[in-house]
Amino acid sequence: MYARRLWSVRHARALHAFYRAFEALLVACDPLWRRLGYARLERPAAAVERVVKGILFDCRMCGDCVLSATGMSCPMNCPKQLRNGPCGGVRADGGCEVRPDMRCVWVDAVAGAARIPGGLDALMSVQHAVDRRLQGRSAWLRRIQQRSAERHP
Amino acid sequence: MRFEDEPVPGYPLPILPGHTSPGRFERVLRAGQFAVTAELAPPDSADPGEVYERARVFDGVVDAINATDGSGANCHMSSLAVCALLTRVGYAPVMQISCRDRNRIAIQGDILGAAAMGVCNVLCLTGDGVQAGDHPQAKPVFDLDSVTLLETARTLRDELRFLSGRRLSCAPRVFLGAAENPCAAPLEYRARRVAKKVAAGAQFIQTQYCFDMALLRDFIRRLEDLGLAGRVFLLVGVGPLRSAAAAEWMRGHVPGVYIPDAVIRRLAAAGANGAREGRAMCVDWVQQLREMPGVHGVHLMAYRQEQSIREIVERSGVLGGRVPWFPGRDSISDRRLSQ
Repeated sequence: MYARRLWSVRHARALHAFYRAFEALLVACDPLWRRLGYARLERPAAAVERVVKGILFDCRMCGDCVLSATGMSCPMNCPKQLRNGPCGGVRADGGCEVRPDMRCVWVDAVAGAARIPGGLDALMSVQHAVDRRLQGRSAWLRRIQQRSAERHP
Repeated sequence: MRFEDEPVPGYPLPILPGHTSPGRFERVLRAGQFAVTAELAPPDSADPGEVYERARVFDGVVDAINATDGSGANCHMSSLAVCALLTRVGYAPVMQISCRDRNRIAIQGDILGAAAMGVCNVLCLTGDGVQAGDHPQAKPVFDLDSVTLLETARTLRDELRFLSGRRLSCAPRVFLGAAENPCAAPLEYRARRVAKKVAAGAQFIQTQYCFDMALLRDFIRRLEDLGLAGRVFLLVGVGPLRSAAAAEWMRGHVPGVYIPDAVIRRLAAAGANGAREGRAMCVDWVQQLREMPGVHGVHLMAYRQEQSIREIVERSGVLGGRVPWFPGRDSISDRRLSQ
């Protein structure tokens, strides 16, 4: 819901800190996930993620989550799905060009990023073209697998 | 102006060291000239004559002509086709690509095709939402965004491969541009977004209409703070406003256009002479921009009053006596080509 999404941006700092701790915990559990099998975890993990991130961020399950680089404001809620910053059509009041009743997700992203230590610098990283095949898949599991692979190459 | 190593005007130039394209537009900017570009509105027609007619009004007053890609999400002749027609007679077009209508497969193919047709400049845009145009029932694509589009074009050009990794046998030698709106929210992020676009491959920036010189100065200062001075050419978008009512309408209906109240008041005070006052204001802005550090050119947008661009360029003296090449400037045989 829109109001909850705005709440999440207002509490970007706490959510970001929680996210990092949560991620570290999940990465630490990598041996357990391996034993259970990542492939088998895909569906339940995606289901949990859809509910939790749906409540907090209006998550669209793009499968390639960049929340921590967008001030905890989900860029896939942008009608143009812009992952690298706002378009030039943002209204004078900060409203979305396409949906004037909604604030631009990037206006929120900049506000959220300002609350996170180093958040504004994270906004500068170029997000590559998203892989549309990941739609509906668990971004968390993918991230854990990537991080674990980095730790145990 | 004709370059010494330009064998036939309008044909690809040898690519100088430090240049990426065989085009005149990049040459002009890198030579330190103050550049003038203008926007051509593609016709609602299949007649090439209408494209040439629209281009001819800019003869001798602009360095490059932007061909818009369904601007305002309205359907017109494609920018690729307009550019291909323009290069046939030697014009230097800037092909605008918007992410709204095509996915990465179509766009990469278009960049290759455009370069094959002699297009040397590409402006990478996100594009207006479909709700703004005459086909609001269309499916918006937005597979890429302006930044990933820049990255894609640079990959084709510099790494000789598609995003998929498949190799090209010949790279598209294009000079890459991006847009920015210095007057849109979130203001503090706009310069950072330019930095991001430069990191993704942008070599020049053409801005949205900029009617607020104070906001623009602020934006340029932020660009300098981010160390972007000298790393990207900045062409500022301005244009003549026809009347107070037209300005009000644009402010309310065209995405991303900000017009300060003071400007509208000045137009209203001019009454029936609004159009003349609008042109005078534009001349004044162009002259201010000519002197503004960090500005490398102006991008003139005068939808449905393209004829006024000649007057604005000439009255402002922005070209300093330079006459950009156009078909027919140097010889009668060139002129025959364009007719």
